[in-house]
Amino acid sequence: MNARGLLRALPTMLRVSFAESVAYRAEMFVWVLSTTMPLVNMVLWMAVAKSAPVGNFGQADFVGYFLATFAVRQLTSAWAAWLINWEVKQGTLAMRLLRPISPLWGYASDNVAGFPMRVVVALPVVLLSIALVGADKAVPQHAWQWALFILAVLGGWAITFLANVAIGALSLFLDSSQKMMEVWMVLFFVCSGYMYPVEFLPEGLRTVIDWLPFRYQMGLPVELMTNAHDLPTALGLLARQWAWVLGMGALAVGLWKQGVKRFAAFGG
Amino acid sequence: MISVHGLRKHYKVHKRPPGLKAALRSLFHRTYTSVKAVDGISFDIRPGERVGFLGPNGAGKTTTLKVLSGLLHPSEGEVRVDGHVPRLREEAFLKKIMLVMGQKQQLLWDLPPAETFELNRAIYDVPTLQYKQTLDELVGLLEIGDLIGKPTRQLSLGERMKCELAAALIHRPRVLFLDEPTIGLDVSMQATMRTFIKDYNEKYGATLILTSHYMDDVAALCPRVIVIDKGLLSYDGSLEALVQRVRPEKRVVLRLSEQVDASRLEPLGKLVTHEAGTAVLQVKQDAVNATISRALSGLPVTDLTVENAPLEEVMSELFAENKARRLQAAESVTA
Repeated sequence: MNARGLLRALPTMLRVSFAESVAYRAEMFVWVLSTTMPLVNMVLWMAVAKSAPVGNFGQADFVGYFLATFAVRQLTSAWAAWLINWEVKQGTLAMRLLRPISPLWGYASDNVAGFPMRVVVALPVVLLSIALVGADKAVPQHAWQWALFILAVLGGWAITFLANVAIGALSLFLDSSQKMMEVWMVLFFVCSGYMYPVEFLPEGLRTVIDWLPFRYQMGLPVELMTNAHDLPTALGLLARQWAWVLGMGALAVGLWKQGVKRFAAFGG
Repeated sequence: MISVHGLRKHYKVHKRPPGLKAALRSLFHRTYTSVKAVDGISFDIRPGERVGFLGPNGAGKTTTLKVLSGLLHPSEGEVRVDGHVPRLREEAFLKKIMLVMGQKQQLLWDLPPAETFELNRAIYDVPTLQYKQTLDELVGLLEIGDLIGKPTRQLSLGERMKCELAAALIHRPRVLFLDEPTIGLDVSMQATMRTFIKDYNEKYGATLILTSHYMDDVAALCPRVIVIDKGLLSYDGSLEALVQRVRPEKRVVLRLSEQVDASRLEPLGKLVTHEAGTAVLQVKQDAVNATISRALSGLPVTDLTVENAPLEEVMSELFAENKARRLQAAESVTA
């Protein structure tokens, strides 16, 4: 589909996807519950820091960090890999392939459409964070910091979504890539800053993690939200993040195109 | 409109016997076999034609439709649909076609069908006025006005299938591939679907390929049939000629006012069924007139019709013939 047609179609796609995302109220509640891990981590790390700070983190810093983690997780999550796996296995991907628009736009629209609801969940948590630890540890303080934070959230979402597409596309080669997604999620939890700030890791491991995509999915947006970096450092990290966006994009689209050629609707 | 020449589609399938041992072995060493889903078929279809695509389960019908709609890449051969090569999946091509699969759905499960219609309008870039006209027409013809506002998951199978068909036609495709569109529907719903499909074909001149295990669908919709079996084309021609070739005999159906002994019916022809008040005789075509005269003069006939053998019987006889021929060929190779 050409760019103009795509721009005309996108608002309707987003509206319909949004209607789908709010179709089940109970499911939405369960989903919110499933994203509360940072709040558990917050309580644990606060207990650890009760008698003395851990590195540069005192109790208030942990509150600011993990409430920011909760908010960023809401804004950067994607689940296209599960959907692609399911549709490949059921053969329903065929129905998407019959349409004159790449299914990847459909998956992106499904993921982005839940954004307003996730903002509704994240906003009170951000306000709570401001009340508990002060605005300087909870949200960016200057326009440039907000701009970099928004860019980092977009980059974090893009890496997460494209990694989902790349792993989902592997199911077109391997029958199912769900286990791979689980491995990816484990690495994400360990390396992204979701469970603990990445600066707690040993120097050598941190260098490795700086070159992997996980930190840029979660840690970097959180660090920019909590004003952890000066401008040159933030720009350097953002450059790496967007290099990952481009790399992951090329990998996802390449795997998808090759995978679709192999597509032979299972059970169909 | 559609031309298919030497189409082959072969799959590599992982083969594994049942059991834990075989499961473990398959982790290290896998055996693959090649399945010839379609093995060199050729046909041409003119614009506006309605063609029935028939064959037993696993014959290669759905595979062929998927190749024609660009979902599968052929292993070999040349396929063109309205000048397009389907496997390239060009936008212009996808806007001209639609594949409706009775066992797969495009309707959004949690939303009313109206949302899928609207989504298709946007994706197919259908002008608003044309969309409204098409939708009004589809809603009227399929009688789905009360349904399109209910969540899809709350619709019955028949209601869903009607909405599925409407969703597929929002962009007025010029080529329609229908794979078992009436599967699971009751008799009256099947009839509604058939009438609608025929009307759509006649109104828009759309080319139509239909696969169905319900021979009534084929008889009502398709003057021409293509039969494939084990991936090979075994017949391409008119339905009438197929029946004549496989089962040239006619069926004389007699409705009788009183019980008649079988011994009085058997001299007239081969007695197919004989139930209370009705007898069905199978007779050679050139003996039909004589049989009718003898029946009218010698039996208490209240009504009489002459019919072809049921299509189901014709098809199963054709498939049996093909199977016997394949076995014979295999035996001669072994010998």
